[in-house]
Amino acid sequence: MIRVVLPHHLRNLAGVNGEVMLDVEAPVTQRAVLDALEAAYPTLRGTVRDHATGKRRAFLRFFACKQDLSHEPPDALLPDAVASGAEPFVILGAIAGG
Amino acid sequence: MSSVRVLVGTRKGAFILTADGKREKWDVSGPHFAGWEIYHLKGSPANPNRLYASQSSDWFGQVIHRSDDGGATWTTVGNEFAYDGVPGTHQWYDGTQHPWEFKRVWHLEPSLTDPDTVYAGVEDAALFRSNDGGMTWRELSGLREHQSGASWQPGAGGLCLHTILLDPVNPNRMFIAISAAGAFRTDDGGETWQPINRGLKSDYIPDGEAETGHCVHRIAQHPAQPNTLYMQKHWDVMRSDNAGDSWYEVSGNLPSDFGFPIHVHAHDPNTVYVVPIKSDSEHFPPEGKLRVYRSRTGGNEWEALTNGLPQSDCYVNVLRDAMTVDTLEECGVYFGTTGGQVYASADSGDHWTAIVHDLPSVMSVEVQTLP
Repeated sequence: MIRVVLPHHLRNLAGVNGEVMLDVEAPVTQRAVLDALEAAYPTLRGTVRDHATGKRRAFLRFFACKQDLSHEPPDALLPDAVASGAEPFVILGAIAGG
Repeated sequence: MSSVRVLVGTRKGAFILTADGKREKWDVSGPHFAGWEIYHLKGSPANPNRLYASQSSDWFGQVIHRSDDGGATWTTVGNEFAYDGVPGTHQWYDGTQHPWEFKRVWHLEPSLTDPDTVYAGVEDAALFRSNDGGMTWRELSGLREHQSGASWQPGAGGLCLHTILLDPVNPNRMFIAISAAGAFRTDDGGETWQPINRGLKSDYIPDGEAETGHCVHRIAQHPAQPNTLYMQKHWDVMRSDNAGDSWYEVSGNLPSDFGFPIHVHAHDPNTVYVVPIKSDSEHFPPEGKLRVYRSRTGGNEWEALTNGLPQSDCYVNVLRDAMTVDTLEECGVYFGTTGGQVYASADSGDHWTAIVHDLPSVMSVEVQTLP
């Protein structure tokens, strides 16, 4: 199972607490994880990836295994530790006050 | 006994304020959608328990919610606002061309007759309609594809379609307004549109009397006189008696004719409300006195309404969608401020009370009059 950590507002929108667990078939890529996330929680469509461009929204980042994966190609393999469920794939809102 | 439900959108969530017909004691529910910018929420005239709400976030984009129980519970509905075809470009702040990009929904206008039909005014300016309770949205692209579209330019808040008036008599007629393109009307249900800006004068565009390019802040209409329109423009309060074919100024004795909201009394088509602010550079009331101005003569002659409003050191603003009226026998008037107050008057504006003092900055106020 793939573990995904959502930011506060998206957890509320999806109606979940804590990490989200997703079944994702290999190869485990950023695109595969986000596709599975949106399939499991349709209310999140358009909130992580822009509807029109399909790209990561500008104020979001993707972290895993102490690395910033935000600018990795969407079809690049995620680290083995994410694929095995040892580490979560973290979707993070850019830091801003207010 | 009748009651009212006030729907308040703020920078950090939505609030629902309810009272009986006396409008003296209020219950406050919220924040709903805590932390989201609520540009607008509005109830269906055909089914008051059906509400629509627009949440916007710089982080997570646009979300739309729907309630079928008057705001007690909410369901996420569709948030895909895809322009019809390949959108072209519009004018950017510096005069260069800029691609059309969807950013957010500014205004939701439910149909007068069908709870499942709702219109959305969006930034970058376009009009969308849903016929399935907000699940899917389709652009009425005849507006954006008007020949003037490439010349539309954003105001400080963005290139937003913020006003949608559904004509109560002619179901094929709608009025919309865009900052800063101006006002437009359709007489064929949204397929084709014509600019209705004759008579407007704006000194921030090269030709001050051009057909489009005017920064219209809000339009208001009374259902009993649908061909009479009132407009608060970037500067000037205007009136049309021919459904927007031409306009004339009715600013009269206002201390400033700059402002954002404008609204008409529920029972008197000639009674109009505005909230003047000092200027385009100073978005707060003149002299630090929060005054609603009321005209009982359809404009030109205005009286200051101050009873219960702060008359010193007040530097809030009232945004374009943040004023409304109820339809009780003694018309109630409501407005919200960027300081987080929502003021109500149960006597057409003669006396005011703050229903709430300390909400986040208020972006929109709507009211439902319930049986």
